[in-house]
Formats: sequence, structure tokens, C-alpha cells
Amino acid sequence: MEITAAQALVKCLEKEQVEVIFGYPGGAILDVYDALYHSPIRHVLVRHEQGAVHAADGYARATGKVGVCMATSGPGATNLVTGIANAYMDSIPLVVFTGQVPTSQVGTDAFQEVDITGITIPVTKHNYLVKDAVQLPRIIKNAFHIAATGRPGPVLIDLPRDVAQTRIKFDYPDSVNLRGYKPTYRGHPNKIAEAARLIGSAARPVIYAGGGILNSKASRELLTLAETINAPVTNTFMGLSSFPGDHPLFLGMLGLHGTRAANLAVTNCDLLIALGARFDDRVTGKLAEFAPNATVVHVDIDPAEIGKNVQVHVPIVGDVKQVLRELLSRLEKKQDTSWLEQIEAWKKQYPLVYRRGEGELKPQYVIEKLNEINGGNAVVVTDVGQHQMWVAQYYRFKRPGSLISSGGLGTMGFGLPAAVGAQIGLPGELVILVTGDGSIQMTMQELGTAMEQELPLKIIILNNHVLGMVRQLQQVYCDSRYMAVEFKFHPDFETLARAYGIKSYTLRTEKEVDQLLPEALGSPGPVLVNCLVCAAENVNPIVIAGKAISEAVDC
Amino acid sequence: MRHTLAVLVENNPGVLARVAGLFSRRGFNIDSLAVGRTESPDVSRMTIVVEGDERVLEQVNKQLHKLVDVIKINDITADEYVDRELVLIKVNADPAQRGEVMQIADVFRARIVDLGRKTVTLECTGNDGKINAFEESLRPYGIKELVRTGKIAMLRGTKYTGLQENGD
Amino acid sequence: MKKTGAQILVESLLAEGVDTIFGYPGGQALPIYDALYDADIRHILTRHEQGAAHAADGYARASGKPGVCLATSGPGATNLVTGIANAYMDSIPLVAITGQVPTSMLGRDSFQEADITGITLPITKHNYLVKDVNDLAKIVREAFYIATTGRPGPVLIDMPRDVSAGETDYTDPGPVHLPGYDIKKDPDPEQVARAVRAIEEAERPVIYAGGGVINANAHVELLKFAEMLLAPVATTLMGLGGFPGNHPLSVGMLGMHGSKYANYAVSECDLLIGVGVRFDDRVTSKLEAFAPNATVVHIDIDPAEIGKNVGVDIPVVGDVRATLRELAGRLQPRLASRWRDKIQTWKKEYPIEFEENGRIKPQEVIREIYNATGGNARITTEVGQHQMWAAHYYTYTRPRTFISSGGLGTMGFGFPAAIGVQLACPGETVIDIAGDGSIQMNIQELATAVSHKLPVKIAILNNGFLGMVRQWQELFYNRRYSYTELDNPDFVKIAEAYGAVGIRVDKKSEVRPALDEALRVDKPVVLDFQIEREENVLPMVPPGEAINNMLG
Repeated sequence: MEITAAQALVKCLEKEQVEVIFGYPGGAILDVYDALYHSPIRHVLVRHEQGAVHAADGYARATGKVGVCMATSGPGATNLVTGIANAYMDSIPLVVFTGQVPTSQVGTDAFQEVDITGITIPVTKHNYLVKDAVQLPRIIKNAFHIAATGRPGPVLIDLPRDVAQTRIKFDYPDSVNLRGYKPTYRGHPNKIAEAARLIGSAARPVIYAGGGILNSKASRELLTLAETINAPVTNTFMGLSSFPGDHPLFLGMLGLHGTRAANLAVTNCDLLIALGARFDDRVTGKLAEFAPNATVVHVDIDPAEIGKNVQVHVPIVGDVKQVLRELLSRLEKKQDTSWLEQIEAWKKQYPLVYRRGEGELKPQYVIEKLNEINGGNAVVVTDVGQHQMWVAQYYRFKRPGSLISSGGLGTMGFGLPAAVGAQIGLPGELVILVTGDGSIQMTMQELGTAMEQELPLKIIILNNHVLGMVRQLQQVYCDSRYMAVEFKFHPDFETLARAYGIKSYTLRTEKEVDQLLPEALGSPGPVLVNCLVCAAENVNPIVIAGKAISEAVDC
Repeated sequence: MRHTLAVLVENNPGVLARVAGLFSRRGFNIDSLAVGRTESPDVSRMTIVVEGDERVLEQVNKQLHKLVDVIKINDITADEYVDRELVLIKVNADPAQRGEVMQIADVFRARIVDLGRKTVTLECTGNDGKINAFEESLRPYGIKELVRTGKIAMLRGTKYTGLQENGD
Repeated sequence: MKKTGAQILVESLLAEGVDTIFGYPGGQALPIYDALYDADIRHILTRHEQGAAHAADGYARASGKPGVCLATSGPGATNLVTGIANAYMDSIPLVAITGQVPTSMLGRDSFQEADITGITLPITKHNYLVKDVNDLAKIVREAFYIATTGRPGPVLIDMPRDVSAGETDYTDPGPVHLPGYDIKKDPDPEQVARAVRAIEEAERPVIYAGGGVINANAHVELLKFAEMLLAPVATTLMGLGGFPGNHPLSVGMLGMHGSKYANYAVSECDLLIGVGVRFDDRVTSKLEAFAPNATVVHIDIDPAEIGKNVGVDIPVVGDVRATLRELAGRLQPRLASRWRDKIQTWKKEYPIEFEENGRIKPQEVIREIYNATGGNARITTEVGQHQMWAAHYYTYTRPRTFISSGGLGTMGFGFPAAIGVQLACPGETVIDIAGDGSIQMNIQELATAVSHKLPVKIAILNNGFLGMVRQWQELFYNRRYSYTELDNPDFVKIAEAYGAVGIRVDKKSEVRPALDEALRVDKPVVLDFQIEREENVLPMVPPGEAINNMLG
């Protein structure tokens, strides 16, 4: 039987076991929406397409499945760009569908026409403009494969309206044959052996673990490795939650706002074992002084990451989980107390601290309380800015994948829609969004989506009435010449919450936090907690631009 | 140092934009890029000449590999290969000078492809060095217009850069 | 004297006459913001960069000057994409400035790095990645020149942080020299002569005027031209206000949701004079049946538009204003026209109308907005049904009073654009006519309006649907309303949360009093009109049909 390509698209999604689509309809994608009308797939109607793509991203991070979103042509498509770029930078598997004007009108500047495949070349793993309806099932098959395998990433499929309406015989391929795309999963045995040898002889090893651990679901192997060789573990921001936050071997985050212990450990190590990390500028600081005495073992699925920023002595291209398993089979239990003693001394000497009791509520205190209340077991979604760093520093993640945040692109406004996606992916779980008063406003219309979907989100706004991170940067780099960071007007978040039928609290003191935060988190429905926090607070320590990470300062 | 890459790509629309975009985005320097179809209609071949040290080349290679439409990359710089480029040069040559220009053309085994009242248009094929030398010899006469195709290259002997296995 | 790149940028902006910038700061834009700290330029802090781009766009449309927006690298830059594409499709002069990671970090997937010049290639008139601070002054001058001349459009300048922070001697770059960019302002005399002959021979001429008239400030010339020809003037959505809507020769808008009389006039004309238009699909619908018996004269500044969608008999490339003047100078005024009389009959016979009942009709709200403002407001719109009603039931008599996203059709454009319009036109009444779906797209900009004391009014025609999509689903998909119904927030409370005034209007009798109240208040006001839920925009040309084959 012949069906339209739009109907075939929905069937393909069913075959891929897609459960949820986040989207926003419009003219050019009407046929797909019409096909969705009868599908068991759940469609979540957002309030801006940026919300759809971030929600799909949050859903993917929370569930480990491919996130799917959908928008119409033109502005629908361009509104997705930030979210696609965000997923690309953080290696999140997404399949993004956009409607397009009919093929006869492509290239004529037709109404709501935009060259979205051209626009997204720099920010997708791959993209397709479908010109032949018969190819659509194969393209979708390929798209899911490319998005989810190797180093994951977003794939976009642009579907012209006439193609969507074309009738085809439906046949979903069961295998993929892409001659230009063959990820390497198994690490080279010789290299793994070499890594094992180096680990055996290292006196001061450090494990530097990134988001690749989470993508490859290798948290257990990471823990085993650390405990086998008794090496301290530091996480990149993206890697947080891949290693238990309360484990004695845990150093916390490294880099720009990392712990001094982590940065000193890396600077002084003789072997750096980089796992699923990419030596990002926020991690390395001044490159020449990053792990200057270390031999570097770098395990990553993406060969292009190896040697991109720093010189690597033992490159191992492969899936982190598989490589770690191989590696573990070659390792023996190791116990070198002097290095761990040194690490322990640094940890004691340089704990993360902030000053309490200055009459104002400190944002760090709120995070500590959050951690305390749910014992590090919630799924925490953040936006971008100071609050994000405080979460990274003061929340002790217990479960892999329980931090959902925009690392590479640093997208303010990611948080709320991502939390929507995460909550939809994990219906029974406590999902907490920690955000700032600047970030939440970027995509605050998605409160409407949360309301419509009846999601019991807990939204914690660390409200300092300022774009805090930029203010901090202006303090440090611009001589406190504050420009365009102070909001002259602050919305009343309680009334705003009420507009969306959401219960709200405003907390001003530690005492109020102690009393009301547990109640807020315990409420069955959605809650917005507006925490009025100290505006002058800085994220410390900080590595000044161009300096080595060992030279972090407080500001 | 200059490297010559033979890159096999899917003959899909937009593949040139993907490759060009990658080079510009990552800040790689392209010296020349020539593209055309190959013995199989669904595969195109790009000959890309890139300037850069080993580390840059390694990144060029790896980043190109990440493009789903890129099937195979061969850095043939260190191999024995034949490379050719075509140049068209329109040069000033009034009748009195034509003899000299034609002599130069002879030396380089170039051909005259068009004659104007005051100009001669020449076609010359060869490797980089030869083309450069040809251009230099004509410069004194006044080059009115010059266009080069960019280099294409192929390995010598029984080695292939195509999709088939190497060997006889 | 040595200056930093950021200081040179600011100096260059001042030299270009920039007085207002819409933006949002961030790490890589810090040096630029620091230079702005000392500058005599007003910076409007929005709540999302999309708001900044649209506000700059609205500012440009209302003032005729280039709009300027500023964002940081990465997400700041990508958040501008929709706004840039929007300006590109509607030919609006915009200069977008983005921060970028330092040149040494480019191409390494650095924190907040996005290849914004690559991304915006398809949607900018031109763009620059500045790699050397010594090129900056020249680039800024070129950017403004390119954005504002010829067919206007957006130009993006991407500034790596080390370029902004780098120092050099600032010298005036002098006049622009761009060999690849050549604007032909004066029309070819021969084509003008041919156009004159065709006009003289025509019995049933129609003028089809678009946004090019407004961009070229040619409304006076158009009026004179039309009156000489006694030719009816149909405008595109982008052309509304380019010809007085209350003039006897005006036939309103043409195309998919045009008036029947405009579409009939075009279908039966023997001469179609396209002025600053592009024969868009929303105008022409079925191409073969568009003005089938007409000789086509096409006047446009952009040669690439001519012959792109339809065959043109007489192409006239040039500045619309100069060309209309030239043509008018060579024509004899007509004294009488049976064609004009015929059009008048059609206008009487097929007025744009709606059925009233006890509930609030959206059309009625627009009509009342017109009455309450005496037609003197600047209207912006979002995209959807309300946009078309705003085109039908409000009469625009002056250029730059109807400001709407035509080509890209961007929901969420209207409100930030209104903020830009209000800044360009202090003291005037600015009303964003919105739908309940559209307004939510950029609702956070209420904070921008309130903090800058901009008394913009928002009239939400609230039907609880994505109405235009619902209309299509009703008409062409058997009423299967797939994900077009919205569960809406309480807009009055949202307004109040932002310190604006919120008024909910449930009854017909409350419409006018609510409007009067809103206009009295010197603050942003959100009017939530609870309208008939399943009202359709009519007339309508079904997709693929000839424009004289209309529903409704």
C-alpha cells in the first residue's frame, strides 16, 4: 500500500521507537502533523521552537535515547539553530525535522523559505535536504544511526512540502550502509597495552573524565579504573555525575572554576588519563602549563579530538566503555599512598568556601541545601552563568547523567526547556532546574509547556537581579565598569508563576531556605522558588585568562 | 609544507559547500581545490592542496573524515604521483612579438588556442613548477589575463587512490 | 593615537550616525561593552538576543536608518539567526555585531564558539570575520554601506575578542571601494522609454507596489504616478502604507489574502507595473494564471529579482524613486478611465467583510483599533491570522506605519519590533497586534519595554489556537486539529508580573473602552481580547489556485 512520505516519516519514527517529539507546527510541515494526528507518538507542543530543540536535547541527555524535534520552514527552522548548535557542541544525539517550501520554490526566496541545510552545516553532524520521497525512509534510518553512534550529535532532515505529500511504498531498511561513516569502537590493542604499562609505572596519575563517559555509559568502568589504580578523578563540567561526587578519590571539577585540588593534581601529575574529554580551553587554561610534566593518554571515540589542542603520547581511538574494559583486563591493583596523601592535603588545604552570614542569602548555600535535601539524587538541570558553576561546585552528583547543562555552547535559556524534556523522559523522578534571573527569561514561555504537560518541575531561581557571570567578568577584566548587566527592571516571579498556575515561593534568608525549600521540593506539582541572593557574590576560584590553571585566584 | 590530498566524496549536492565550509571554519589554508567526477558516477574526487605543518594536516585529515559524505582521503604528498594543472594565459603580443611568444610556447609545449589583434591566448598543462615557469617567461610581455584550474593528481604505477583495493 | 578595536568600532558607529544599539552582553563581547560604557550611544538591553535583532529591525523599518544589534559569541550569535534571516527576507538594513572567541581559538570548538559567518552566509547580504584590527574601520564602513544601499539587507561583523582588545592607530577609512558591489540607481533610458510606450498603450493598467517603495522612500512619487495613470494600486503586505489605503485608487492588498477586487484587477489587467516587488508566491499563487493577459513592467533595484519568478516584458532596473520620477516626467495625465470605474464597481460588489455576532470578532477589534487611534498609530504585527486582519481592517495611509514580517513570517517579531519602533518614534502610539501563540514567542521583552519606559501596546487576539495553522487544518485537512490548540497562561498576570498593565476583554461592548484605557495609560499595556475561536481569514486563495479563484 502506498502512503505519503509524511505518513512514512511517522512510521519510521515508530520503527525507531521514538516515544516523544517536541515541536511546533506551521504551513510547510502540516502534512507531517496531519500524519502525527493518528500516531501513538506523544507530541509536546512548545511555545517557541528553541524550546523544542532544547527539550529534545534534555530528553536525550536524561534518557540516553535520541531526542527528536520538529518545526516548520523559515523561522521555525532558524529558531532551532541555537539548540542544534548546543547539541552539537555537547555531542548530544538529536534528529531534527524541518518543513521546507515545495521543491519547485526552493531557492526562490519563497514565503518562509530559508536554506536551513546551508545554515546548519557548521552545527550538525550531518544534514539532508530530501528531494526524493522514496529516499526518505533510508535517510531517516541513516540519520538515527549517525546521530546516535560514534561521537553523537544532531542530524537535520529538511523535508519540502511536495515531497512530504508524495505517495511511496513504505519500506524501512533494517541496516545502514554509509561508506563515509564508520566509527571506530575498539581501541587499538597495542595502544591499550602501552597505556596499561604507563599506568603501571606512573607515580602520580590523574584521571580526567569528560562527557564521553556519560555518552558511552562508562561510569561503572570509570569507577573501577579509579579504584583499581587508586588514581584521583577530576571531571570536566560535561563529565560531572559520571563519578560519584562524594567518593574519596573525587577531586571535583577542574579548569576555569575548578577546585584548586583538581587543578594542582593535574598540574603535578606524571600521567594524565583523559577519557572522553576534549582539552577544552575552559579546562586547560594556558596550554603550555597544562599538565606540563605528564605523559598523556587520551581515549576518545572521535579521532579528530586527539591531538587537536594538546600533544598526546598515547592516543586511543575507540568507545570509552569498550576501551576501559580492555584496559581493566590488563591492569593490576595499585596502591600508591604518597600521591593520594598529597591529594588529600590539597583537598584539605583548599576546600571550596564562601562566606556565610553576611546578612544576605548566599547562592552557594541554596545549592548546598538542595544537595542535602535530596542527597544528590535528583536530576539537576541548569542554565548558564554563575548558578551553573555553583551547581558544579557544590552539588555532589550521585547518579550518572543526573546533571543536564549546556557545556560547550553555554546557552542561556537552555535550562527550562531542557528540564521539560528531562521530566518528560523521566516522569517519576525529581527534576530540579537551577537557573538565574537572566537565563530563565530567555525561554520562560516554556512555563506554558510545563503547565500544559502538567510537569512537576522544581524551578529554583538564584535571583541576583544581574547578569552575574558577565558582571563578575566586568569586575575582573573591565575594572568594575558595569555595562548592560544590571536589569533596571525585575519581573515579579511569583506573579509570573501564578500566570502559569505554578505554585511559588520567595526565599530571602538561610532560615527561609531551611524551612521552605524541603517543602517546595516535596510538593507534588510544579514549583517556582525565587531565591533572592547576594548580587555581589563571585564564582571562586577563577583562572584569569591566559594564566595556568594552577594559578587560580579568588576575586 | 604543502600537501596534496586526494579526497573521494559522495557525489551529493552541497558536498563542496561542506568541504569548503570546513576549511574556512577551522582556519585551514587551501592552496587549490579541483573537483570532478570519477570512474563511478556516484563518487566525486577532490584534489586539495593544503598548506600546513604535520599537526594541521592531521587535523585536516581527521576533520574531513568526520564529514559523512567523505569516503576516503589519501595524502599522496610522499608518494610517487603524476600531477597536472591547466593554465590559460592571455598575453600581449603584437605581430612583432608573436614569434618570441610562440617560441616560449614551444619550449613549454603549450598550445595557442586563440589569437587576437594584440594578444595571444595560450594553454599549457603540467605540474606546478612548469606552470609557474611558463607564467614567469610570459610575464615580460604583459599578462592580460590568467586562469588556473588547480592541481589534479594520480598515484603512479599500480597504486590507487580510488575505492578499489591496491595491487594488480 | 592608539585605540582598541572596540573603541574603533564605537567610533565608527558614531561616524555612521548610530544612536541606538540593541544587545545582550557576554564574555567575548566584553571589550565592546566596555567601550560602549563611555560612548554616547544608547544601549537597549533585551532579554534574549532574538529580541535585539527584531528590535533593531523594527527600529530600521520605522526610522529608515540602519538598525544595529550586538551579541556575544556562540549562543548569543546563533540567537540572532532568525532576526537576521527575517531582515534579509524583507530587505531591511541591519548591522549585526557579534563577539567571537580570540583568533587563536577559532576552529577548535572553543567555549561559546560558533561559526556565525558560516551559519549566516545564506541569510546576510554580506558578512565579515575581522581578523586584523587594522581592517576594522574599513569593514564597519563597508558594512553600513552595503546594508543601506541598493537593495538593503543585513550585514554581520564577527569580532574575535583579541581584535576587539587589540590596539592600532585609528584613521578614517575614507570612501568605500568595492569592485564587486555596484549599484545601478538610474534606470536605462531605453527601458524607461519602452515602459512609457506600454503605459500609453495600456487600457487596463494596474500598479502592484511592494516594500521597495517604502525602502526607496518613493511613496510621494508613487502617488503622483498612480494619479497620472488613474491606475489602481494593489500593494503587497510589505507595501502597505506605501500608498494611502484610503485613496480611491487603492485596491488594498493582493494575493493569497488580498481583496477580491485587487486580485480581479490583476487578473484582468493588460499592463501590470510591478514597483519594488518580487512576485512572491504569496502574491502570485498559481504562476501561469497570474496576470495572464498583461504586459509586465518590473521596476526594481535588484536585477536578480527581475525574471526570477515570472517572465518580465519590460525590466527596469534602478532606484524606484528615481525611476517613478523619470516615468512621471514623460507621461501625460489621463483624464478619464473606464477601467477605474470598473474597479470601483468591484470594490462595491466585493468588499472585505465579516459577519458580526454576539462575540468579539477579531476583525472588529482591528477596526476599533483603527478608530481609537484615528489611523495614526504605528502598527506592528506578529505572524498569523491577526496579521492578515491587521492588513485588512486597518487603513494605512503613511509609509513605515505598518511593520510586519513578510518574507520569513516570523512569529514573535512584532513585539520586539514594536520596542524598536517606539524608540525610533518616541511620542507616537505603537501597537503590536498579536496572536496568543505569537506573543508568547518573545514575551520576555516585556521587561525591556517596562525598563525603558516604552508605552507599547500589545493587542492579543486570543483564540486559544495557532489560528492560521488551524484554519489550514480546517480547510484542507478535514478539521484534524493536530497540535494547534494552546493552553494559555493568564496574560493579565504576566503583564502585571512585568509591571505592565493587563486588561482582559471578554465582551464586545468592552472592546473600545479597553482600547481607550490602554491608549490613555503611559505604560506598556497588554490587552487580552477573547475572540471568536474559529474565525477564518477571508477571502483566501487556496494553495495552487489562481488568485481570482477565492474562498469567502
